[in-house]
Amino acid sequence: MGNPMKIRAAVKDGVTEVKILMQHEMETGLRKEADGTLVPAWFITEVKAQYQGRTVLETQFGQSVSKNPYLLFRFKGGAAGEKITVSWVDNKGDTRSDEVSIAG
Amino acid sequence: MNTSNVKKLIPLLVLATSCAATAAENEISDSDRIAQYREMISDGNPADFDEMRGEELWKTVAGPKQATLEKCDLGKGAGVVKGVYTELPRYFKDTGKVQDLESRLLTCMTTLQGIPEEEITAKPFASDKKASDISSLATYVVGQSKGIKMAVSTKHPQAKEAYEIGKRIFNYRAGPYDFACSTCHATSNVRIRMQDLPNLNVRKDAQTAYASWPAYRVSQGLTRSFQWRLNDCFRQQRFPEPKFASEATVALTMFLAVSANGGEYAGPGLKR
Repeated sequence: MGNPMKIRAAVKDGVTEVKILMQHEMETGLRKEADGTLVPAWFITEVKAQYQGRTVLETQFGQSVSKNPYLLFRFKGGAAGEKITVSWVDNKGDTRSDEVSIAG
Repeated sequence: MNTSNVKKLIPLLVLATSCAATAAENEISDSDRIAQYREMISDGNPADFDEMRGEELWKTVAGPKQATLEKCDLGKGAGVVKGVYTELPRYFKDTGKVQDLESRLLTCMTTLQGIPEEEITAKPFASDKKASDISSLATYVVGQSKGIKMAVSTKHPQAKEAYEIGKRIFNYRAGPYDFACSTCHATSNVRIRMQDLPNLNVRKDAQTAYASWPAYRVSQGLTRSFQWRLNDCFRQQRFPEPKFASEATVALTMFLAVSANGGEYAGPGLKR
């Protein structure tokens, strides 16, 4: 299982803003070690955010996304105290899921 | 759930920091836009993870003596972490030396935990693309001084001496390029490539610069400590590599910290 994410979510004027900081190496598969061996690709392929069990964001990531990616999105709705769940899957099949409550 | 509901929930904005730091640099033509970029990513500073790791290390039993660092005295008493960074470097009675944060952590790790100094200083910054333990510990400690004003004292004669030595090092020209720190950092409104260079003789510049280290370097994917910053400055000047936590680096840190006195500490920072 991957390392924990840092997620913050806050609702203001009926719009919830979600900030996600993920911990991942995000290796492109193009980089080489000093001895010339290729560093195998290892990156997040999918990120999904769910609010009250409904998907509010579904996105594909690739090699061009940096190490420790930061993702910010907003959606209409949401109320303080309700839960947001964010999960990702990487190309090795590893996953991570974290949950936060929306702040008022 | 019907389609219209789904549409309402479609995210309004998706933003991902990309490793396009270098590509972005070519397009961005003024420092305002660099500031804008910093602002944009300042919410998601991966140094937070290092702070978490450092806190964990602080509380974890380690070394031959099987001890945590919770009895480490960083200047405000054993185990006190809050606000200590704003008063470092300082003179420590027990070692009889002026120490910065990292040299003090080194003392604690060797005395409390019994870890051999060579083991820590062999790779003091990072290895295998991971921040060293001492680096992460430093990141944790500085994070506990966020929002507190820098107040480094030179009252003790040795602290005063360190400050004076640091000032001399800052202005000392040497090496194949006949460089000094002051070559780049004693003139206002100059830049190297796209980076504005702070004039460290100007209090406001010194405060901003000092308050932003240690920092997560996006291009390196690592949180870098102040000792690393100085080490890299020495490298850029083509000086011999300074010894980790040496008297010279502590003295230079002393000079820079005192120059930043009165400024609010804002680290760990985030750099391109």
